[in-house]
Amino acid sequence: MDGVVAHGWDAAKEALPAWSLPSDAVDRITLPSNWPERVTREWAWQGSTGSGVRVCILDSGVDGKHPLVAGLEQAVTITLGENDEVIAEEDGEGDVSGHGTACAGIVRALAPACAISSVRVLGAGFTGSGGVLLGGLRYAIEQGYDVINMSLSTTKKPFAAVLHELADSAYFKRTVIVASAHNMPVESYPWRFSSVISVGSHEEADPLAFFYNPNPPVEFFSRGVNVDVAWLGGRTIRVSGNSFATPHMTAICALTLSKHPELTPFQVKSVLYLTATNVAGAT
Amino acid sequence: MTGPDEVRAAVAAGVVGSSESFRALLSALVEVARSIFGARASSILLLDEETNELVFEAVVGEGEESLLGVRFPAGHGIAGWVLATRTPLVLEDVRNDPRFAGDVAEGTGYVPNGLMAAPLLHDERALGVLEVLDRPEQAHFSLKEMDLLGLFANQAAIAVDLLLRARDAERVLAGSADEGTTDLEVVARLASVVHELEEERRPAGLRLLRELADTLGPEKRPGSTA
Repeated sequence: MDGVVAHGWDAAKEALPAWSLPSDAVDRITLPSNWPERVTREWAWQGSTGSGVRVCILDSGVDGKHPLVAGLEQAVTITLGENDEVIAEEDGEGDVSGHGTACAGIVRALAPACAISSVRVLGAGFTGSGGVLLGGLRYAIEQGYDVINMSLSTTKKPFAAVLHELADSAYFKRTVIVASAHNMPVESYPWRFSSVISVGSHEEADPLAFFYNPNPPVEFFSRGVNVDVAWLGGRTIRVSGNSFATPHMTAICALTLSKHPELTPFQVKSVLYLTATNVAGAT
Repeated sequence: MTGPDEVRAAVAAGVVGSSESFRALLSALVEVARSIFGARASSILLLDEETNELVFEAVVGEGEESLLGVRFPAGHGIAGWVLATRTPLVLEDVRNDPRFAGDVAEGTGYVPNGLMAAPLLHDERALGVLEVLDRPEQAHFSLKEMDLLGLFANQAAIAVDLLLRARDAERVLAGSADEGTTDLEVVARLASVVHELEEERRPAGLRLLRELADTLGPEKRPGSTA
């Protein structure tokens, strides 16, 4: 991408259809009925490589040359212009902390054939401005990624309403947002929104073990403790935190969408529930 | 002394020296954090919003002598990520590459093998970062420790908020002295000294101050008709 790209997208300005279903329109929304009697992991995502699915890592940037990341589709860095317009430019800096590379490596390990892009919302003199985070998420939704990994959150309440609107827009545009739950007892976003898939950590070593939580707001737990991940300088280190549980779920979403590209975020979440380790579909 | 002056003096008496107390509280917090996790070092870094830098505000263990007051850009590194994303993080096996914890390594040449870092969150603001460096290598990390780290960070955030408030208040007092309007710092010192006098000497001290106020106050000069 060359130079500056401004994005003035506004969800409220989208064309509004009439929200009703005349009888002659029923045939037009007939859906494929290839759901099995019992949804299992084998049906949902086993054997999938993630091929054809576009995953976005919204984070500190990604080192695409790291052997465990094995290349990126695209890498941009987000800044805000004078009038708070979102500016996305090609990212020449890569990863400013190692964190985004770790997330990308986890996704690559489980879904080797998916396309991974990096949208960097950290670094560049930025310390916790929610504006850049919002801009990056808005950009990623516009790009039509299938899955957006958000191993981060903001505690700034003024941003919550806009984040909520963005999360809902993604949900209706068939972009699955997978977001880290907070490790600390504080209120932060967007993981608390029901339109995203929120993820906390469990302590087991199986990267494909994940649990449905019947007591939300955290909906799923996946591997997030003592995980060996890609880091800066082509190295690997061992890390813990919900940040690293999240890309495990992102990868499972990518595997599922690769095998069943017609699924909406609502259906993907249902499949995750049915194939969770503590629910019957896992066996 | 007029009413508002008394109020200001009382406020000043509360403010002067309090930032030192809160700083001591931060030191105590990192000491306990280091002890509980059996770590080699622990520190609290505060965000300087004006310069967009992180500053070592309390350090115990490795780097204790050299790191206090050291600054580095807040946009990069582990502490920068933790601050910006408000998310705690635990890293292990990071030795031999200073970039993993450049914030620490830049100050001392000491590169930790592992670190735990949690944001200091107060209301909607991220005030800084709590770091715990080099837990024992044989210690297996678990979610219980992550929870403990979060609890510590919450406690530290409250102490940091108090410290920042005290510093703001001190700055206001010092500012009004610089402007030459009211030397509140001097008043504050006086109030503080009187407050700390032994009980039998305090009434005499207060009497002296009252006399001083009457002598200096224009409307109550001896011989005036006020």
